[in-house]
Amino acid sequence: MREFTGRVVAPGTVTAPALVSHGGLNTLASFQKALQFGDKKATCGDQNNPDLYGKQMVGTALCLPQTIGSTTGGLVLYCACAMERQPACMLFSKPIDSLAAAGSILASVWLDGVNMPVVDSLGDEFLNYVKDGMTITVKENGVVCVE
Amino acid sequence: MYLTPEQQAILNGEKGETLAKVMKTLVMYGETFGADKMVPVTSEYNHLVTSFGLKMMKPVFDLMQQLIDAGAISQQKFSVDPRPLDKNVPANFLMNIIFNNFMYSKQEEYEKQLNALGLMNEDAFSCACYLDQMGNKPKKGEVLSWAESSAVVYANSVLGARCNRNSGIMDIMGSIAGFVPHFGLLTDEGRKATWIVKVETSKKPEAQLLGSAIGMKVMEDVPYVMGLDKWIGTELNDAACAYLKDFGAATASNGAVGLYHIANLTPEAVEQGEALIAENAQVYIIDDAELKRVQDNYPVMWKSADAKPKLCFIGCPHMSMEQLVSWTENVEKSLAEAGKEKVCIPTVFTTAPAVKKEFDKTPLAARLAKTGVILSCICPLMYMNNPLAGKMPVITCSNKLRTYTTARFYTEAEILAKITKGV
Repeated sequence: MREFTGRVVAPGTVTAPALVSHGGLNTLASFQKALQFGDKKATCGDQNNPDLYGKQMVGTALCLPQTIGSTTGGLVLYCACAMERQPACMLFSKPIDSLAAAGSILASVWLDGVNMPVVDSLGDEFLNYVKDGMTITVKENGVVCVE
Repeated sequence: MYLTPEQQAILNGEKGETLAKVMKTLVMYGETFGADKMVPVTSEYNHLVTSFGLKMMKPVFDLMQQLIDAGAISQQKFSVDPRPLDKNVPANFLMNIIFNNFMYSKQEEYEKQLNALGLMNEDAFSCACYLDQMGNKPKKGEVLSWAESSAVVYANSVLGARCNRNSGIMDIMGSIAGFVPHFGLLTDEGRKATWIVKVETSKKPEAQLLGSAIGMKVMEDVPYVMGLDKWIGTELNDAACAYLKDFGAATASNGAVGLYHIANLTPEAVEQGEALIAENAQVYIIDDAELKRVQDNYPVMWKSADAKPKLCFIGCPHMSMEQLVSWTENVEKSLAEAGKEKVCIPTVFTTAPAVKKEFDKTPLAARLAKTGVILSCICPLMYMNNPLAGKMPVITCSNKLRTYTTARFYTEAEILAKITKGV
């Protein structure tokens, strides 16, 4: 087991299996098809992301460097949270980008009962170490346990 | 973050629960990025990125309704990105069923919400709201609460306004509150260039290719571009602005650029010169070989790379008047050279409604129609988001459209040859 410490963007605790994207997550491309056509597992629809394409994102500890793509990204993430198709948590190796930050903040302020802890600045070593399926536990203080 | 007594009172709920949530959203957003204070939004108009009544966006429409019901309406009127639908743009029966019943079935209801929230007018639908005809052109130094990436990068870079690369919904939050958090591209420090880009090409570089190369290299950083004035001049005339519009959109979509400086051309570069360059800035040299490398590495998303194109989109971001005129003349000339009267691939030019109205008053409108080109105000991206459109072999000279969809990129010269000569 290894522990990594980052900055808490949205607080909370959770344990979930890791899903790792080594490239930036294009939020619109990843979630649009799932949200539009009623896929409750939120299967990633981004053909440009070989790490995630075709994999289910709901309930996973989504590990990524940052999000990329359209500036609708924040509202897409907000919609995913409202429709209960969000990851269990989002763990960023780099400082969070403005689109992902907006999505998680909007969800935390405007939606009731959404618990999606967000931790950023976990470092490149975190993303190098974590692999799909590893068990991730996020603690309140920004500590992320990977085993 | 420091809040004035007025801002703190809003946050404390003295102006209602909904406005308190708006302020809380902005405060959390600012604190995430180390903002020291809130600053007033000073532009006359706002611009929203969410123009589409996409069925999946019900949570957004619910949020908008909360704002309307609570009277949390901005003092600013706003323009918004292009409409997603236009019956003049070719679409088969099944595509129309998906467009109208599964994708944009909430368009009419959403436009009612936009009107209630303060839409400027019925023609205020364009990603290029800053074009003269659209009437939403911020002045230098004004603080904005925009989100459309191509508009943000243009406003920051070409107009010298100040705006962060916000997400949709954040744009309307800042406008309603009248304040945005002070960080990033709103600060002098955040506007310094951390990359020097040296353009060393043997000819004028394609705007959309150059922007793509720079975006992919610098990502969210600020580039200071040297050597481009040799090709596009030192005056922000119509041609230079059109070039920078397309260049910027490519930097913002292929990377996440929110501001660039062009030596001897864009306002801050003219005023401050190389003093805008931060210490230890990295250097990126772009020559003919580098542009070729970038273009050759674009993935082809078509099922068959040899498929015959079924549709061509030009105008993402929306075309300016200057571009409409030059493209019309070029299409006519190239068709004449080929001994043809009409384009051989269904082709759609997209522009802002107010630009289209002005263009329609000129003799060029009839000449363009004669070539078979369709002039629309649609958003090509929203058209391509239809899964059936995504399976079609579509070509474009827009690097934004290429990035977000399955459309295949060609240079403007290549596109002209394909639509007029079939080669």
